[in-house]
Amino acid sequence: MSASNPKAVLVSNGLFLGLAVLSATVIAAFILFPLIEMVTQPSFKSLGEAAADRQVVRAIGLSIYTSGMAALISLIIGTPFAYLLARRNFFGKKLLESIIDLPIMIPHPVVGIAILGIAGRNHWLGNAMQQLGIHIMGTVTGLVTVLTFVGLPFYINTAKAGFEAIPKRLEKVSRSLGASAAGTFMRVTLPLGWRSMVVGMIMCTARAVSEFGAVVIVAYHPMVAPVMIYERFTAYGLEYSQPVAVWLIVVCLILFLLLRFFSLPKKNIS
Amino acid sequence: MIEIEQLTVRVPGFALTDINLSVKEGEFFALIGPTGAGKTLILESIAGLVRCTSGRIRIRGKDITHLPPEARGVGIVYQDHALFPHLSVKDNIRYGLRYHPKTTGTCHSTLDRWIEHLGLSHLLDRATENLSGGEKQRVALARALAIQPTVLLLDEPLSALDPNFREEIRQLLHELHRETKITILMVTHDFSEAHFLAQRIAVIHRGQIEQIGTLKAVFTAPSTPFVAQFVGMKNIFPVTLNDSRAYTSDLSFNVEKPDDNKTHMAIRPEHILLFAAKPDNAKVNLFEGNIAKINNQGIISEIDIAVSTAHFQLILTTSQIHQLELSPGQRVYISVPPEQIHLM
Repeated sequence: MSASNPKAVLVSNGLFLGLAVLSATVIAAFILFPLIEMVTQPSFKSLGEAAADRQVVRAIGLSIYTSGMAALISLIIGTPFAYLLARRNFFGKKLLESIIDLPIMIPHPVVGIAILGIAGRNHWLGNAMQQLGIHIMGTVTGLVTVLTFVGLPFYINTAKAGFEAIPKRLEKVSRSLGASAAGTFMRVTLPLGWRSMVVGMIMCTARAVSEFGAVVIVAYHPMVAPVMIYERFTAYGLEYSQPVAVWLIVVCLILFLLLRFFSLPKKNIS
Repeated sequence: MIEIEQLTVRVPGFALTDINLSVKEGEFFALIGPTGAGKTLILESIAGLVRCTSGRIRIRGKDITHLPPEARGVGIVYQDHALFPHLSVKDNIRYGLRYHPKTTGTCHSTLDRWIEHLGLSHLLDRATENLSGGEKQRVALARALAIQPTVLLLDEPLSALDPNFREEIRQLLHELHRETKITILMVTHDFSEAHFLAQRIAVIHRGQIEQIGTLKAVFTAPSTPFVAQFVGMKNIFPVTLNDSRAYTSDLSFNVEKPDDNKTHMAIRPEHILLFAAKPDNAKVNLFEGNIAKINNQGIISEIDIAVSTAHFQLILTTSQIHQLELSPGQRVYISVPPEQIHLM
């Protein structure tokens, strides 16, 4: 369209903006409509009953506990690794990054089956673990293991992006001023990168809370919230699963708000 | 003081090759070269911030090649200041003190004097993000000086500054060196900065040092066409030498001290004489040409004169251009005194 025709340019710009607004509306409706419907359909009575149901409280509590543990483990084992990926170039780095993303891409029941495959008596590792008293199948340990497996990539990728955003020169200056590598991490990298680490933990927790496919293979019991929602849906129908789902959404919403709070735009790092 | 022997550093896509450099105790030495020449890589090699592939670095006779950065006692100041954004000005300056016990106690008074001298006393509790470019650079300097380094490395300290701050920091660096006699190695791409501050310079190009010497030596007798161009010799021609004459593709020049091993000649633009009409007295190396272009740069003007297929760059004051009533296309004569032809 010719730039010399102002009317045609205005129409073109208007159409483009209109298309963008329409796209945004459709996507927002696609996400919000089913969720709003589900949240508004249960009565206050059924919500209250669900909140008072010890099994529901225990399941949601267990979901939060196991997901939180997964995030904590991700923080402890994932931080040095995320820092290494952010700061060093080495042979096979791209391959390693792809391996980190594998748990995001592969079907989650497959994750559960894979973990059970090495945790059983027939595998040397599973045998050794069981001799040490570590049991995966149907235990909280198993739940934490599988949730760490699916949540770890979210932590590592977020923390890595945060470390990459810190100028290397700040760390170089710190080293030249006398700080060791560990001292530099504690005095420069951590104070500047903690937000992304917290955001990574929240993302890891949010991902773990919503996990079903892998959990249902490894540990149907003790029951976490997504498994309970599934069980109530298959045993009693939609009406009985919705209140539990609403409470789980409330938990996820709180996590989401925390995520937004911690990922607010930061001041520029000079 | 700083001795670099056959240093090679390879990083992805670039290599410093066989660098040999010696900086004397208390000297202000400048490493100059264009962007991407490897200047900062040399500084970071000395500071231990990049791994050397081969070669050796010594400071005061001590081999530091394999020492970690924190054990080298080398201060570094980057052009972007690299101040810690989460710390106040005071905490930035005092960052390294805990690692250098010798700087505690009595030496704190030295630091306080520097803080005052650098005009930072009233800024100590400020956040670094609110400082001007000049203030940030002064904080970065104070931070590096606080640990009393044996060597101060400056990475283009004036490049990122506004012109008014640039002059201020340039003077400050000059005074700093005069008062402390600290050994300073500065990298810059600006020859005039080196001219003002440094006693000796090295010119680096594509990861290799092309020439080392005093400012005067490099300025008047560049050893390669690249160095000649870098120090402002705009008329550089490949030549063959025969019988006291230098031959370009279609011109020949009388030269002093002919040397058959030389392959290029260079002439500074201000050393070429220009005549609007053919001079009466016989001139050596006199050529007739046409003004191809006049580039007015305010007080001075650059003139491009085409002689046969060659082009000569001259510099005249703009008022001279007006007095001679020069204009593009005009026929003129140029003369090049043999003593002003530099052979390389």
